[in-house]
Amino acid sequence: MSCHSESIEKSNNRKNGEKLTIALAGNANVGKSVIFNQLTGSNQIIGNWPGKTVDRAEGSLCFENYEISVIDLPGIYSFSTFSLEEVVSREYIAKEKPDVVINVLDASVLERNLFFTLQLIEMNAPLVLCLNQIDIAKKKGMIIDKQKLEKALGVPVVLTIATRGEGLYELIESAVKVATENTKRKKINYHNDLETRIEKLTQLIETEKIDLEYPSRWIAIKLLEGDTEIVKLVKSKSAKIVDISYILSQELSTIHDEPCFSIVASERYAYASMITSSAMKQNEVKNTFSEKLDWVTTHKVFGYFIAIGVITGLLLWTFIVGDFLSGLISEGLSFIEPLDPQVSGPIVSVIWNGVFNGFVAGVTLVIPFVIPFYFLLAMIEDSGILTRVAFMMDSVMHKIGLHGKALIPLILGYGCSVPAIHSCKIMESRRERLLAAFAITFVPCAARTLVILGLVGVFLGPIWALTLYAVDLILIFLLGRIAMKVVPGKSTGLIMEMHSFKVPSLSVVSKQTWTRTKSIIFMVFPIYIIGSAIVQALYALDLLTPISNAMSPLTVTWLGLPAITGILLILGVVRKEFILLGAVAVFGTTNLLGPFSPVQLITLALVAMLYIPCLSTIIILIKEFGWKAATSISIANIISAIIIGGLAYRLLEIIL
Amino acid sequence: MTRSMEDYLKAVHKISREEEVASTTKISKALRVAPASVTEMLKKLAEKDYVKYSPYHGTTLTKKGLKIAEKTARKHRLLERFLHDVLKIDKIKVHEQACEMEHTLSDDAEESLCRFLKHPDSCPDDGKIIPPCDLKISSCAECVQLHKRGLEEVGKHKQNLISINKLKDGQFGKISFIRGGHKVLQRLLDMGLTPGTRISVLRVAPLGGPVVLAVRSSKLAIGKGIAKKVFVEIEE
Ligand SMILES: Nc1nc2c(ncn2[C@@H]2O[C@H](COP(=O)(O)OP(=O)(O)OP(=O)(O)O)[C@@H](O)[C@H]2O)c(=O)[nH]1
Ligand SMILES: [Mg+2]
Ligand SMILES: [Zn+2]
Ligand SMILES: [Zn+2]
Repeated sequence: MSCHSESIEKSNNRKNGEKLTIALAGNANVGKSVIFNQLTGSNQIIGNWPGKTVDRAEGSLCFENYEISVIDLPGIYSFSTFSLEEVVSREYIAKEKPDVVINVLDASVLERNLFFTLQLIEMNAPLVLCLNQIDIAKKKGMIIDKQKLEKALGVPVVLTIATRGEGLYELIESAVKVATENTKRKKINYHNDLETRIEKLTQLIETEKIDLEYPSRWIAIKLLEGDTEIVKLVKSKSAKIVDISYILSQELSTIHDEPCFSIVASERYAYASMITSSAMKQNEVKNTFSEKLDWVTTHKVFGYFIAIGVITGLLLWTFIVGDFLSGLISEGLSFIEPLDPQVSGPIVSVIWNGVFNGFVAGVTLVIPFVIPFYFLLAMIEDSGILTRVAFMMDSVMHKIGLHGKALIPLILGYGCSVPAIHSCKIMESRRERLLAAFAITFVPCAARTLVILGLVGVFLGPIWALTLYAVDLILIFLLGRIAMKVVPGKSTGLIMEMHSFKVPSLSVVSKQTWTRTKSIIFMVFPIYIIGSAIVQALYALDLLTPISNAMSPLTVTWLGLPAITGILLILGVVRKEFILLGAVAVFGTTNLLGPFSPVQLITLALVAMLYIPCLSTIIILIKEFGWKAATSISIANIISAIIIGGLAYRLLEIIL
Repeated sequence: MTRSMEDYLKAVHKISREEEVASTTKISKALRVAPASVTEMLKKLAEKDYVKYSPYHGTTLTKKGLKIAEKTARKHRLLERFLHDVLKIDKIKVHEQACEMEHTLSDDAEESLCRFLKHPDSCPDDGKIIPPCDLKISSCAECVQLHKRGLEEVGKHKQNLISINKLKDGQFGKISFIRGGHKVLQRLLDMGLTPGTRISVLRVAPLGGPVVLAVRSSKLAIGKGIAKKVFVEIEE
């Protein structure tokens, strides 16, 4: 469909008063997704660090008699095309032409946020300004004059506190108004030198009639900035325009003694700064609690303690709380436990036994360990500590070819590798995304934590489980260093906004915890139960022995494990928990210390932690990086698991 | 070192700034030379240890090659400045002229030119930064003095200029100029670090870690490698 017919269709819709499209755009971490979730009831990831939303998301909402579709865009700082998110947002706003763009701003960083607003105005997008986080701005002593801002920009402004839902009704009201009424837009004039050249170029673009989807003034500015995409695009239609834009930008850089893209940025900031100083009053405030926290968390001594505390505390907490809850739950369940574990006899009872064991293992592991873990993770994400940890650990991350920001996906990897690898998009280059994803495949995710707990934590005590984690962290570092040497290319440096600390919003945190737990309960639980029943049946029918025997040189001879683990490791590719559940099913008991020796339990847990990314991780690796990279990563995992597992077995034999 | 070798090194340098490694096709396009002769020349350069060349992974400069490429670029841009600022030759024409002259300019002449032009920091036609000089002899007192204080300070010619990784917690400064590729520069500008902006350093992480700046009421963490290239005028 060409863009013309679409715009006609949209205006028809307007008359009928039916469908509208609203896009949420703005800087990173201003609260777009909170607003999106509030409006549409969706479950977009929320947290206090920049770059959570990486693809655009869609939801819908009914307001009066409108059916509104809402688009959540990734947070960006400008419309250059140096990052993927910028391209996504720019293409969407320019080409899909939403009926109205809600520009969400962090009211406490008004000037920097207005820099982006000015670019939306250059794009001629129908705009509503949403000044969010008014509560934070107030705490910082900032008072914003809404009317002045509206007058200066010629755009309606709504003040909101998204986490409490304040102001959202007015926001939609005013968005609908902009979308349905023909409002006059104010033109922003930059400084004379620049403005005359923009106008000259705009006129030229209009007389040449090159038919592009972008507004002429915006193209003119982008040409002066030397935006490679736009230059290429315009060149294909009219080389003359590009030549003239080159001369004009040369003139500008001679006058100002700066490259032209820097002049344009300076101009926008000058304008943003002028508006800010007229519309905002800054009162003196005492050192707030958030400032004090900032001081401690970036301190050269305390900062490291806190960073390490966050990295290890999440796991420790899972252990302590999980262990306690798990005890309570298994006591509660014990009255229905069958007296004799069935590994022979009629097939139906064997299967039933498998189902039951799968269920018990699921309940006693998932609920007590996974819920507290996700709860604390959501708290950590929403507080703002992650960017401080990233700051403190920047120099360590450089040792594995990454910068501090990569620590955020790594910590998210404690939960699940799949969203963690997805959020590697916050890294700037493909090489860094790849290195970070590689490291994530070794991070103990919730599934692996369950295996470690179920095999080692329960039978040999938390010290051994924690030792395994420590070994894993060291391995991540060493393997990361090797990967850095193997993958060619340069590393980029850290540029990251650090947003103020916030008291985690209980509704956001509990919703996020529930969303993540829900996916485990509804999707993974049935798999546990079915899988565990199948394994037990196959075992009882003696169908697994040939495969196990075929793998025994590796499992028995090199790793010193019982032959049956061969089959468990194969099942574990689907989901790592099967290694644990399968063992329970095969041996018909939750007490694994009989069939396995302590050394074997530790070795199996170590191998399980390292040996291959699970199926869904492999799929996302293929999707993000292609077959070749996904295969190489998987092979690297298998090789390191085999080497380290074998060495660990021999070493443990001596120690234990 | 022949003239065409210098051109090759310059091209590899320019391309690998944009795409990490330079492919043979890119080089052949940039120099308008047939791919076969490019391969041949790259092999020759690799033998002399100016580039690392592999048919599949493309070409990168070695330390030795980089030095020559930077040197040639420096001569080129100094010449552009001279042609434009002193001889008042039209901007559009200076580039070509400089391309001719850069290969014959001696190192002595380069030094004198640098001194004569009062150590400029960017070239006139595209605003590219002039690479710092690598003086070893004491003919240019000021340069030598600058040199002693470490490489990242060479090229600054205003008073009181310092890179922000050298500031201490709580110090203020006004952005003077930033070195680096278009991509990094654009990102820093977008985040509010335009020339003339007042910033303060809130934290400098130990062990070569990043710095936190306060800029336009936001907080910005910047890695040391980038912080080294952001120069400010100190304010007390
Ligand atoms: N105090 C306060 N916090 C808010 C408000 N709105 C959002 N937040 C918090 O700000 C943080 C960022 O919110 P998000 O909705 O995830 O931000 P976003 O704009 O979608 O961010 P990206 O997807 O990373 O670009 C979260 O920690 C929210 O809880 C508000 O009005 N007041
Ligand atoms: Mg978001
Ligand atoms: Zn030049
Ligand atoms: Zn000099």
